[in-house]
Amino acid sequence: MSADAPLLVVKDLTVSFRSDEGLVRAVGGISFSVEQREIVGVVGESGSGKSQTLLAIMGLIDSPNAIVSGSIRFMGQELIGLKRRALDAIRGRQIAMIFQDPMSALTPVHTIGNQIAEQVRAHEKVSAKAARPRAVQLLDAVGIANPDRVVDNYPHQLSGGMRQRAVIAMALSCNPALLVADEPTTALDVTVQAQILELIGRLRDQFGSAVILVTHDLGVVAEVADRVLVMYGGRFVEEGGKSSVFRAPLHPYTWGLFGSIPPMEGPRPARLAAITGIPPSLSDLPKGCAFSPRCAFRHDACLVQLPIMQGESHRAACLLPETTRRQFAVQRAGGVEMQR
Amino acid sequence: MVTALSFRLGQMVLVMFGISVVAFLIFFATPGADPSARIAGRNASQETLIQVRHDFGLDRPLPVQYGLMMNRLFVSRDLTSFVNRGQRVIPTVISAIPVTLSLVGGAAVLWVLGGLIVGVIAGATRGTFVDRALMILSLIGVSIPVFWLGEVANLLTQSRWHDSWLFSWVPPLGYIPLAENPWGWFKALVIPWFTLATLYVGLYGRVLRASLIEMMQEDFIRTARAKGIGERRVLLHHGLRTSLVAFVTMFGLDFGALVGGGALLTEVVFGLQGVGKLTYEALQTLDLPMILATVIYAAFFVVMANFVVDVVFVFIDPRARDVG
Repeated sequence: MSADAPLLVVKDLTVSFRSDEGLVRAVGGISFSVEQREIVGVVGESGSGKSQTLLAIMGLIDSPNAIVSGSIRFMGQELIGLKRRALDAIRGRQIAMIFQDPMSALTPVHTIGNQIAEQVRAHEKVSAKAARPRAVQLLDAVGIANPDRVVDNYPHQLSGGMRQRAVIAMALSCNPALLVADEPTTALDVTVQAQILELIGRLRDQFGSAVILVTHDLGVVAEVADRVLVMYGGRFVEEGGKSSVFRAPLHPYTWGLFGSIPPMEGPRPARLAAITGIPPSLSDLPKGCAFSPRCAFRHDACLVQLPIMQGESHRAACLLPETTRRQFAVQRAGGVEMQR
Repeated sequence: MVTALSFRLGQMVLVMFGISVVAFLIFFATPGADPSARIAGRNASQETLIQVRHDFGLDRPLPVQYGLMMNRLFVSRDLTSFVNRGQRVIPTVISAIPVTLSLVGGAAVLWVLGGLIVGVIAGATRGTFVDRALMILSLIGVSIPVFWLGEVANLLTQSRWHDSWLFSWVPPLGYIPLAENPWGWFKALVIPWFTLATLYVGLYGRVLRASLIEMMQEDFIRTARAKGIGERRVLLHHGLRTSLVAFVTMFGLDFGALVGGGALLTEVVFGLQGVGKLTYEALQTLDLPMILATVIYAAFFVVMANFVVDVVFVFIDPRARDVG
């Protein structure tokens, strides 16, 4: 493959679960790609399919009722349908994952050092003895003070932020080309959040990794991402460069997301604008645009026609005429740009 | 550590004291349990009864009687049975301990191994035919009464098929000391071991399977899979390792209870003169000194087993280490 070919190309990825209520489609045919050393932020509400997308990339959807289809090509290799052994050669080594809740992500009965060494030794011929200084080095690299001591600690002896750093150190242990992070800061204190985000931002420079960062927090995306994907009801509704999306969001759902952030300057609003209604049930998605029941700009076409992503580098899936949306976008984004 | 240990010792003494008082009182509160009538024999005259009561100290106040008995049990250690005159209680119990330990120890090895194998295989093949077959088998194992299984084993190995090549090696019922004849010891105990272990293999297999399946849903299992280590390692090094906590707790309690005399059905069926059988016989004849000795011995082992579990816990669960 050439040096500037995308690292990861996802095409028509669908994740569905057989259930009592019929087929529940968590991810409904999404396509995107990640370039080398790129940080992509995926934003959406709970249940929008963000996490399932990541788990599908990692091959971690192991429910017997799950159906994963489409194509996930990583460095030219198809990941869907890969045998366990071949998958294990890639994950942990070339693709690594950071999880949402650091409190439960580490096995409680093994030391941090052993858990890091386990991953190193799964992919490289290293003795247990040689893996230890490597673990210390990694812990140091993710900003843990006293890495010599922490390497022999058990997870319960560390704070949440420290554990998340340890998880990140573990993820980095084999210099992965791609790091997927599933809400890595949600469970942490705000101050620790900022440190972890800074760390993730630094990873690209130090380790040259691309990152897919899933979050429901636009602030997190603003902090580190190069490109933003907005997900709703198992599909992408908007995609574009961070500055472009933050300056002029093109989808009514994205407007809603920005509207629910309190402004940093000017008079304090009596009430934050919330997106009315609740996210759709994945087993019973609306026929047309998934967002239409909650959309203030809904018209007849939205109820019957499924919008597709349109545009060049900054794309959105909406049936409103683009010129209309651009007018709104400029109006809406004014306040948002100020706070960043 | 020292405080924890002395706390344990204090706890053990308290438990043993409580149990000895309860056993003592139950004995005197049981209707028709007047020991002097038993000692004196049938149709004894009133004068004889009074004489017996006086001789054995049974006419003194209860606290004094309790004190005297404890003194003879623990301090002078010359307490004798009410039923078999002259039989000293303490040497009798001590001579029964190796029998019970041999029986329960061997069975424990079998049931831990069996429970691990059944639990891990069933947990790993959850929902498949193998899992269902193992679960049905273990349910059968749990449901079979141990005395029935023992009698059937005896019937086959001692009588029906004893002359066949299969069971001709089986020695007659009873215990052969390990020091005297190790091979004979093994042969005499192997069938009791399997009989006693059957219930526990089923029980432990089922518990381990449930615990393993629960653990395999945990977030850290997903982390382990994401590391690219094989599924076997995920299952054993992360799933099983964390499931062992429940397993060890159960084992400690069961082992303590069995060594404390809980294996009495197996001992009776196989004619093994262990602590359980001793208790059983003492209860039948309401032999108070013997009952007190075996009951206190049992309490000692249950508390000891709990203590050992707590120590082992510190090794298998690092979270237990930092709790004061």
